Amino acid sequence: MNMLRRHWPWLLVLVILLAFPFLFYDWTKGRHSGFVLTLMSEIGVMAIFALSYNMLMGQAGLLSFGHAVLFGLGAYCAAHVVNMVKAGTIWLPTELIPLAGGLGGLFFGYVFGWLVTKQRATAFAMITMGLGELVSAAALMFMAFFGGEGGITIDRVMDTSLVGVRYTSPWQVYCLVLAWAFIAAALMRLQTQTALGKMANATRDNFERAQFVGYDPRMVRLMQFTLSGFFAGIGGGLYVLIYEIVTFDTVSAAKSANALLAVYIGGAGGFFGPILGTIVVVLLQSGVSLLSNAWLLYVGVLFIVMVMYAPGGLIGLIFMHLPIWRAGRMRELLLPYARAFPPALLVLLGFVFMVELASFTTIGAAQGKRFTIGGQLIDTTAPMPWVIAIAALVLGALWLRHEARGFRQRWDELMEGSKRAQATAAPKPQEAVA
Amino acid sequence: MLQGKWFSALFGIVFAIAGGGHALAQGTIKVAYTDPLSGPFAQVGDANLKQMQYIIDYINAKGGALGKKFELVPFDNKSQPSDALIALKSATDQNMPFIMQCSGSNIAAALIDGVNKHNDRNPDNRIIYLNCGAVATELTNEQCSFWHFRFDLHVGMKAEVMVRALPKDVTKVYLINQDYLFGQSVQREVKNYLGKLRPDVQVVGDELIPLGKIKDFSPYLTKIKASGAQALLTGNWGPDMNLLIKAGVDAGADLRYYTFYAHLAGGPTAIGVGGDNRVLAVMSFGENVAPEIGNKEAEAFTKGFRDKHKFDFSAAGFRTIFEYLQAAVTKANSVDPTKIALAMEDLQVKDFLGFDTKMRKEDHQIISEYFVGIFKKGVKYEAEGTGLGWATSATILAKDVDQPNTCKMKRPSAS
Amino acid sequence: MEVFVVSLLNGLVYGMLLFMLASGLTLILSMMGVLNFAHASAYMLGAYFAYTISQYIGFWPALIIAPVLCGLIGAGIEMWGLRRVHQNGHIAELLFTFGLALLIEKGVQMTWGLLPVPYRVPELLDFPLFKIYGTQFPAYRAFMLLISALMFGAIWLGLTRTRIGLVIQAALTHPDMASALGHNVPRIFTLVFAAGTALAGLAGVIGGNYQVTEPAMAFTMGPIVFVVVVFGGLGSLSGCFIASILMGLIQTFAVVFDVSLADLLAKFGFVVTSSTPFAEILTVTLPRIGALLPFLMMVLILVFRPRGLMGTRDT
Repeated sequence: MNMLRRHWPWLLVLVILLAFPFLFYDWTKGRHSGFVLTLMSEIGVMAIFALSYNMLMGQAGLLSFGHAVLFGLGAYCAAHVVNMVKAGTIWLPTELIPLAGGLGGLFFGYVFGWLVTKQRATAFAMITMGLGELVSAAALMFMAFFGGEGGITIDRVMDTSLVGVRYTSPWQVYCLVLAWAFIAAALMRLQTQTALGKMANATRDNFERAQFVGYDPRMVRLMQFTLSGFFAGIGGGLYVLIYEIVTFDTVSAAKSANALLAVYIGGAGGFFGPILGTIVVVLLQSGVSLLSNAWLLYVGVLFIVMVMYAPGGLIGLIFMHLPIWRAGRMRELLLPYARAFPPALLVLLGFVFMVELASFTTIGAAQGKRFTIGGQLIDTTAPMPWVIAIAALVLGALWLRHEARGFRQRWDELMEGSKRAQATAAPKPQEAVA
Repeated sequence: MLQGKWFSALFGIVFAIAGGGHALAQGTIKVAYTDPLSGPFAQVGDANLKQMQYIIDYINAKGGALGKKFELVPFDNKSQPSDALIALKSATDQNMPFIMQCSGSNIAAALIDGVNKHNDRNPDNRIIYLNCGAVATELTNEQCSFWHFRFDLHVGMKAEVMVRALPKDVTKVYLINQDYLFGQSVQREVKNYLGKLRPDVQVVGDELIPLGKIKDFSPYLTKIKASGAQALLTGNWGPDMNLLIKAGVDAGADLRYYTFYAHLAGGPTAIGVGGDNRVLAVMSFGENVAPEIGNKEAEAFTKGFRDKHKFDFSAAGFRTIFEYLQAAVTKANSVDPTKIALAMEDLQVKDFLGFDTKMRKEDHQIISEYFVGIFKKGVKYEAEGTGLGWATSATILAKDVDQPNTCKMKRPSAS
Repeated sequence: MEVFVVSLLNGLVYGMLLFMLASGLTLILSMMGVLNFAHASAYMLGAYFAYTISQYIGFWPALIIAPVLCGLIGAGIEMWGLRRVHQNGHIAELLFTFGLALLIEKGVQMTWGLLPVPYRVPELLDFPLFKIYGTQFPAYRAFMLLISALMFGAIWLGLTRTRIGLVIQAALTHPDMASALGHNVPRIFTLVFAAGTALAGLAGVIGGNYQVTEPAMAFTMGPIVFVVVVFGGLGSLSGCFIASILMGLIQTFAVVFDVSLADLLAKFGFVVTSSTPFAEILTVTLPRIGALLPFLMMVLILVFRPRGLMGTRDT
C-alpha cells in the first residue's frame, strides 16, 4: 500500500500510455493505427536511449558524440540472437531479446569504454566522435556481422514467448516496449542512488577532489560508460523487435546527435528531462516532417531558442516553478501567463507562416505543391501574405517584449515571496549542468 | 486568417498522427511515395517528386483508372530504413494500395521485408511496393517477393548494357566503385559481363572507395593514368561521381567515363564543359531520345515538363510505372492490391517512346529498352543549362537485357 | 616516382585547403573552447556567396567580398548569440552552433536550391600549368597553394608582429590571465570568431569550385576539420598546419599502396584464407580505408597523447 502511495505517478503514466493509442483506434475496421503505435514505440526506445545517454552527460558530465555505437551494436547483437533462435541453435524467449541487446551493449561498452574513458571533457568527446565514424564506416564494409548496406533482417514471430503472445501486431510489440521502458527507467533511476551514481556526480562536479577521496575517476567513468552501454543496448534490442531490421544508420552520428538533442532539450538536470526531450524530438522528426518541408529549420530554431533562453531544458522550466508551487501561489501566475500567451502565439504563427511562405516559393512550388490554409489557396508570390506574416512577427515580438517585462516583475515578486516564506527550509537549488 | 492557419496546423498535426491527414479527396487511388526529402540527399527525392507529380497530372488528365484519379502522398524517409517503415505504417493505416520508393537498396530491402511481413500478418490490408530505382540485383533474385515490382533494370542488366556499349577499340578498363552493397555488386557484375561478352578487355585496375568520404580524387587519377586504362567504369553517384570526373578532367586524362548516374540531377552541372564527348551514362531515358527517333508526341511531353519547371526531365520510367498501374487496375477492375498484383504479372505495355516492355512474371522485374548517352555539345536539349546534353550513342532493346533470374517466388494462396 | 611526385603535389593542395578551414577553428576552439559545428557551414556560405558574386562582378572581387561577408556574419553570431549562450556552458554553445548549422543548411537550400550550382574556376586560371609525367597540373591548384600560403604567412605575421596578435596569443594559452591583465577578452573573442569564419569563407571561395558547391558540402567537410584541429593540438597553429598537411598526404598516399594486413602477414609466412577468423578485416586494402585513417589516428593520439601533436594543453 505504501508502495502504491509512493509510486502512483509511475502507475498513472503507465495507464495513460496504455490508453493513449485507443484515441486513434479505427473502430470501423477494428484495428490500431500502426503509425501511432510505431511512433510511440519509437519514443519508448529513444527514451531508453536518451536516459542511458544522460548517465554519461547528466550524471558524469561526459559529452559523447558516438553513443549510437553502443545502441546500434546492441541492436546488431540482438538481431543475430533472434536469427539464431529462429534457426533453432539456441532458445530464448522473445521477451528477453532486449536483454541480449543489452549484454551486447555492455560488452562493447566495456571494450570501447576502456579506450575512451582514459580521457574526459573535449578529448573524450572527440574520441567518441572518431569511434562513431569508424564503426559506421565499418558497418558498411563488413558483411559478416553488419550485413553491409542491407543490414540484418529478422522475423520477430519466433513462438518462444513466455506469455503466449506471437508479436504479430504492433500493439503487442508496443506493450513489450512499454514494459522494458519502465524496467529500464526504474533501474536507471535506482542507479543514480547507488555509490557509483553518486561518485559519477562527484567526478563531474569536482574532478580533483573525487580523486582525493580515493576513487579512481577513470574506473568510475569506465563503469558508468559500460552500464550506459547496457541500457543503450536494451534500447537497441527493442529497436530490432519494432522494425525487424537493423542497418548502419543505427550506429550513425545522426542517431548519436538525436540523443544529445533529446537530453539537452528535455534537460539533463532532472531524471525525467530526457524523456520529455525525446517526445519533442521524435514528434518533430517523424510528425512535423510529414507536414512541412522546412522541418529541419524548425528544429534548428528550436535548439537555438532553447539554448539561449532555457539552458536547463524543459524540465528546468518546470522546476523553476517549484518554489512558487510549494508556496501555493501558482494561481497568481495564471494571469501573467494568459497575458503572455497571445503575443507568443502571434510570434510563433508569424514565424511559421513566413517560413512556410518562403519554403513554398522556393522548394515547394517546384514540387507542384500548393500552399493552402483551411482549403484556401495562398499565393506565395503576392505581397499580402508576406506583409501579414512579417507584421505578425514584428508586432508579436514587440507585444511579447512588453508583456515579458510585466511577467518578469510578477515572477520576481512571487519568487521573493516564496523564498521569504520558506526561509528556513529552502528548496535545493537546481544543479546547473556544465 | 491567422486563426485559420493555427487551426489547420493543429488539426493537421492531430490528423497526421491519426493517419487521416490526407483524406481530402476520397475517391482517389493513393500512392505513398517515400524518399529522402530533407538532409544531404534531398535533391534526389525532390527531383523525383517533381517529375512524378507532372506525370500523375498527365495520367489523371487522361482519365486515371476506373474513373478514379491517382494521388501522390510524399513521406520523407531521411534516407533511413526505420523512417521508411514508419511511412509504410502510415500508408497501410490509410489503406493505400501502393507504396513507391526509388533511392537506396538498403531501404528497398527493408521495405520488401516490411511489406512481406505486413501482408502476411494483415491479409485484409495489403499493399504493393513499387520500386522505381533501387537496383541491387538480389532484390528480384534471392529476396524477390510477390508484392514487389521493380520498374528499373537491375545492376546486372545495367552492367550488361554498359559492357555492350563499350567500343571495340577499348581493351583496358579501370573500375572504381563505392564500398557498399551497391558498389560491390556493380564491381562484380561488370567484371562478370566483361568476361562473358568482351574477353579481349583487360581490367587493369579495380578499386573500392569508402562511400562519400573522398574529397579529392586526384590520387586515383594518378593511379589510373599509370595503369594505361582507356576507360573508367564506375557505378558511383552523387559527390563520389562528380568529384571523380572533375578530377579526371582537371588532370587532363585521356579517358572515357562510363557511368550509371552521370545524367541524374546535379551531375551535368558538376561535370561541366570538361566532360565533352568523354562522359557516358547508362540511362533509362534522355530528352534527346524522342527527337532522335522522331517521336513528336513524346518530345512534346518532355518539353512540357521543361517549360513548366525549368528543369531537365530524366524519369520517363516513372511514366511507365503509372501506365502499368493504369493498365493493371483496369484489367483487375478493382483497387484490391492482390488482384492488381496478379493483373500486373506478365503485363505488356508499349512505353511512350514506342518500345515494348514487359513485367516479367517470375521475378516481377520490368524488361525494357535502355540507352547509353554521351555528354556532348550541339544537342537539341541541353542538360541543366550547361550547353551540353545527352546524345544517344546506343539503344539496347528489351530482349537483349532479358537475363535469367533465380527467383523462387512465394505466391499468396488464392483468396 | 611518377606517382609519388604527383601524389605529393595533390596531397599538398588538399592539405592546404584543410589548413585554411582548420586554422580558423583552431583559433576558435583553443581560445573560446567552442566546438563550432557551424564552421563548415561558413565554408559552404563562402562558396555560395562567391558563386553569386562571381556571376555579377566576377571572381576576383568575390575573393575579397565573400570572406568579408562571412566574417561579418561570424561577428554577428558571436555578439548576439554565442556571447549570450556562453554563460550556459560549453555544451550549450556547441548545441547553439549545431542549430545554426541546421539553419544555414536549410537557408542555403531555400535560397540556391537543392542541386549543385555551376560555380566554376575563373577562365584566367582554367589552364594546365605544367605537365608532369603526362599528368596535367591545373593552374588553379597552384593558385590555391599560393592563396593558402599567403594566408598562412599573414596569420603568422599578424599573430607575432601586431599588438592584437600578441594579445590573442596570450589569450590562446592563458585566457584568464589575459583578461586579468585588463584586455577586453570579449572583444577579442568577437574578433577571433569573425576572423575564423572569414577564413572558412575564404576556404569556401577557393574550395567551392575545386570541389562541388552543393548544400551537402558542409555536412561532408565537417568531421574531418575537427579531426585536423584536435590532432594538431589546441593552441598551436603550427600543429594545425602540420596536421593538415599530414592528413592531406596520408589520404593521398593511402590510395597508392594497395596492401592489406593479409599481405603483411603473408610476408611472415602466414596465409590468410576465407576461413581464417577475421578474414574480412585482414583482407581490407589500404585504399579502401584511406579516408578513415584520419579518424583512427585521432582516436589513437587522443588516447595516448591528449594534447595532440603540438598542443600546449590537454584537449
